[in-house]
Amino acid sequence: MTRTCQALVMLCAAGLHMPAFAGEGEDLIARYTAEARAADPAFAGFSAARGEALHRSRHGGGKPDTPACTSCHGEDARTAGRTRAGKAIEPMAVSVSPTRYTDAAKVEKWFKRNCTEVLGRECSAREKGDWLAWMMKQ
Amino acid sequence: MTTNIIRPLAVGIAALAVTALLLGRAQAGDDEYYPPVTDKLTLQECGSCHLAFPPSMLPGASWKRMMGDLQNHFGDDASVDADTAAAITRYLTLNAGDAPGHASKLLRGMKPGEAPLRITELPKWAREHREVPKTDWTRKDVGSKANCTACHIDAAKGYFEDD
Ligand code: HEC
Ligand code: HEC
Ligand code: HEC
Repeated sequence: MTRTCQALVMLCAAGLHMPAFAGEGEDLIARYTAEARAADPAFAGFSAARGEALHRSRHGGGKPDTPACTSCHGEDARTAGRTRAGKAIEPMAVSVSPTRYTDAAKVEKWFKRNCTEVLGRECSAREKGDWLAWMMKQ
Repeated sequence: MTTNIIRPLAVGIAALAVTALLLGRAQAGDDEYYPPVTDKLTLQECGSCHLAFPPSMLPGASWKRMMGDLQNHFGDDASVDADTAAAITRYLTLNAGDAPGHASKLLRGMKPGEAPLRITELPKWAREHREVPKTDWTRKDVGSKANCTACHIDAAKGYFEDD
């Protein structure tokens, strides 16, 4: 087991491996893991499948013109998305954008903004970890 | 006699016309260039949803007003922490279109004291785009008037020429 995997036992157990995902990214996963466990003692690890569902589902609680994460990030996380104002967004999949999720404050800022935008509330630690697991898997 | 006078006059007029042409072009050049954002923090916080708009495109009062309510930013939450907001506000107002030495042409025709939040609602911006056909705005890759880069390819470098 590599050092990364030791730090992320839960994700590795789920068969994930994370290219170029180190430092603050690892800290974030560790933090979300601790928070998810505190919220639910039965928490059994993050799931990329749940992350994908969160990413693709059309949610009701947020703004009408952005019902899903895909509204801006596009259907394929390995290609660019587009903001409401028309600007391109670099792909979200770690395999294509290896520098993503390396700045914890940036990740947190956008989770807060975008979950509110799409769901009308902040995402839970489990949702954030699930979503990151999905982005790291592809 | 008359021809003797007319000839130098004609030459003079031709020279004047050339000068005027050159001046005209020089002016068009100025019209097209708006120094892009160079401040790292401003680029980072104001350049992910749209082009980081050149600070000289709005007066200082507009930037202050906008920075005072980032939580309700055209329907988006663009809020940043207080220190970041203060630093960005300083940069934007120091380089605003009405800051000393900036005299931005885009602010022409504004009434004194106005602090609009949109560049695309400035009278001069509207005039510059009067002749742009409707179909250009509805093109799929444009989507919004604020998507300057769709039509001005070098907007991020500060160039807004006609292409
Ligand atoms: C209204 C458009 C929009 C929607 C909807 C949206 N995002 Fe984003 N998201 C962005 C933009 C713009 C960025 C900044 C992109 C950049 O820095 O390249 C971003 C960045 C992010 C980041 C930070 C990436 C990094 O590099 O650190 C995360 C995490 C994120 N989004 C998650 C989500 C999730 C989860 C959803 C759905 C719940 C979602 N987004 C929906 C526009 C959107
Ligand atoms: C979370 C996304 C987001 C962030 C971050 C953001 N904006 Fe915006 N901004 C928007 C949206 C959406 C619009 C409206 C665009 C439209 O009408 O198409 C807009 C419009 C604008 C406009 C008016 C454009 C026009 O129509 O003339 C200005 C000026 C502006 N933003 C400045 C800023 C500044 C300064 C910052 C940094 C403090 C910033 N924005 C950060 C989303 C954002
Ligand atoms: C749909 C395409 C389109 C979009 C979007 C657009 N422009 Fe333009 N713009 C043009 C065209 C075409 C011209 C030249 C018009 C003419 O010469 O009649 C122009 C002219 C200008 C000029 C005058 C340049 C000169 O030669 O003097 C400025 C400044 C400018 N645009 C700024 C902007 C800004 C700032 C934005 C975004 C907020 C923007 N434009 C968005 C098409 C566009």
